[in-house]
Amino acid sequence: MNRPALRAARRPRLGDAALWLATGLATLLVLAVLVVILVDVIRHGTPRLTLGFLTQAPKDGMMAGGIFPAIFGTVALVLLMTLAALPAGVATAIYLHEYADPTALPTRLVRIAVNNLAGVPSIVFGLFGLGFFVQFAGGTIDKLFFGGEKFYGQPALVWAALTMAILTLPVVIVATEEALSAVPSDVRMASAALGATKFQTITRVVLPQAVPGILTGGILAVSRGAGEVAPLLFTGAAYFLPKLPHTLHDQFMQLGYHVYVLATQSPDVDATRPLLYATVLVLLALTFALNASAVFVRSRMRKRIASRA
Amino acid sequence: MSTTVATSPSLDAPTGNLTVNDLSVYYGGKKALGPVNMNIPGKQVTALIGPSGCGKSTFLRSLNRMNELIPGCRVEGSVKLDDEPVYGPAVDAVAVRRRIGMVFQKSNPFPKSIFDNVAYGLRIGGMNGRSELGGRVETALRHAALWDEVKDRLDESALGLSGGQQQRLCIARALAVEPDVILMDEPASALDPIATAHIEELIHELAQRYTVVIVTHNMQQAARVSHHTAFFYMGDLIEFDRTPVIFTKPSQSKTEDYITGRFG
Amino acid sequence: MFAREHTDREYEHELHQLREQLLVMGSHVETIIGDSIKALIDRDTPLAERTIAGDRIVDQMEVDLDGLSLQILARRQPVASDLRFITLVLKVVTDLERIADLGVNVCERVLELNAEPQLKPYVDLPRMGREVQDMLREVLDAFVAKDAERARAIIKRDTVVDALYAQVFRELLTFMMENAHNVYRATRLQSIAKYLERMADHTTNLAEMVIFMVDGRDVRHPSAREAPATRKDTN
Repeated sequence: MNRPALRAARRPRLGDAALWLATGLATLLVLAVLVVILVDVIRHGTPRLTLGFLTQAPKDGMMAGGIFPAIFGTVALVLLMTLAALPAGVATAIYLHEYADPTALPTRLVRIAVNNLAGVPSIVFGLFGLGFFVQFAGGTIDKLFFGGEKFYGQPALVWAALTMAILTLPVVIVATEEALSAVPSDVRMASAALGATKFQTITRVVLPQAVPGILTGGILAVSRGAGEVAPLLFTGAAYFLPKLPHTLHDQFMQLGYHVYVLATQSPDVDATRPLLYATVLVLLALTFALNASAVFVRSRMRKRIASRA
Repeated sequence: MSTTVATSPSLDAPTGNLTVNDLSVYYGGKKALGPVNMNIPGKQVTALIGPSGCGKSTFLRSLNRMNELIPGCRVEGSVKLDDEPVYGPAVDAVAVRRRIGMVFQKSNPFPKSIFDNVAYGLRIGGMNGRSELGGRVETALRHAALWDEVKDRLDESALGLSGGQQQRLCIARALAVEPDVILMDEPASALDPIATAHIEELIHELAQRYTVVIVTHNMQQAARVSHHTAFFYMGDLIEFDRTPVIFTKPSQSKTEDYITGRFG
Repeated sequence: MFAREHTDREYEHELHQLREQLLVMGSHVETIIGDSIKALIDRDTPLAERTIAGDRIVDQMEVDLDGLSLQILARRQPVASDLRFITLVLKVVTDLERIADLGVNVCERVLELNAEPQLKPYVDLPRMGREVQDMLREVLDAFVAKDAERARAIIKRDTVVDALYAQVFRELLTFMMENAHNVYRATRLQSIAKYLERMADHTTNLAEMVIFMVDGRDVRHPSAREAPATRKDTN
């Protein structure tokens, strides 16, 4: 093989340049799309974005007023959903990763189920929520505790939250399992070699190290929860409510659903368009804020783990 | 596989003797080691040498039942710590590991503070007061020759220490529970020569109080550090004797060939 | 199966080199012994002078072998049989060099003797010389063959040389008592006999070292090891 002169290597290679160009352009395209959406929304939405908008209820058939109930409802939904999904998802992941025999048939079936659950379309979750939670579970509760009166057997905050929880469960499970796998086996061995039981190793060494990863799962769940609309259609979201929900069996307004409502059910499309834009802006801002705060918390936890007592 | 040639030292007086009888280890049905018969004398350093895959690490892990953490692993035969059996249906592996500690090849401190690392073994054993823990932590760090370097930063993360310090921290962590035996699996192989020398000096001192069994692929280290040396080859114990004898006049030709570098 | 050669070929080569050079030195020393006896018997002054000059080569080889041994010790950290071999080389070289020096001493006495007429026919001295030469050759062969039994046989032959020396000494004593003119030549001859006897002792040392290398047993100074040290009053 002849040895190339060193000077000749300085010529830029055609393949390198082409790849750089192609990937750069693709990145720019993605950025451009995001920028266009943001710019459009911000331009049209900021005029209507006042303090009143954020704190008042809608008036005049959605053509005036604010979206506070929708904000309240979204936050309540997300909180309840997280409360339901995180413990169940984390516990499942811990069992699958730490205790179950990976080659046994039941374990593999559970994993297959989890993976497939992640691919189910969200409208199907909505139908499931309607049939199982609202009609079956709710109806049974009503029969047993309320003598047939309709309290839980109808769209409600709790059923919507549970439906969303099931939807985000696979995300939490997978993220937690990843986080548990990321804990290197040598610290587990070190703990075992010091005479720790499996329980002690998991609670004192593995889980603390896996917390940032579990939080990631929480973040992803939260993001989906704030944005998904289809599962809520039949399970609890309402078009307009005079009062804020104050029990679990109340219905609620939700930002994403509100956008849909404003875009399709408005008597006067032009009048409501500014509100529509403003609502979209709020929804985007809320999503970003939720993500950002969770990422912030996660990075703080990472730093604390790496250099702390 | 053949049985061993053991010119075993006698076992009177010091405690912390390990008696190994007909120990065999199987991975997934395939025999990886044994049968091995060996008397490891207490309060001395015993080195296990041999080429890769000869079974020395498997043997080491059998002494504190760490092999049980590997799925598909089966152990036959017996190991006794002084007169107490290490294996058996009535014996708790967790309790065994509190009496027989282990230090690994690559240091593996927890991502916690230096104090919390050393106190970990004590805390899982139920000890809790900060002052009582503090005393034991200091003793352990002193025995590991690390106290002077870290006494002012016990609450800082262990991950901020150098490689050699981290390894000594892992040793301190193992010493804190005051075991009878310390097992070391190539403890200095990831360290530079100066850090290695510190560890070897430390091993020397540890032998005053603990029984030390160390696996090493560095024969000069085995020669420097140990009182007795055991040579393993292909899952068998070939020879076990006082270190000066092994390295000047081994009785088995396989041992001679290995330590002089006559391996094919 | 294990190979009996070191995996590291260069190391194997170094050990081989060491052995070869040692054997060459041994054969040089053998020659010096032979030549010094020949110079005595034949009253050959030029041969004696050449032999004395040839000692320089042996001295140089001592230096070379010591250097090579040290190098191997430093670089290879030899153990077990290799270690015994290297330490043996270091000691053997010293003994060989001493034997060569004794050969030079013999030649120096020969030069002195050749200035005078021969005192008597030489019978026992050549016998001693041949015995010593043969012992040395045997030791070197035992070393090459790693044969401890042959080495042990050499140790026994030392008594033969000692007996010959006693005989020579008695005979020379009578010559000296007979006639004062004989004293000069007789003392020279007695020195030569002494040198030969010491050569035999050195060769016996070599034999003990070969046993150590092969068997790993240190057979030197058996009397010191059997009886614990009890200081006797020397008065």
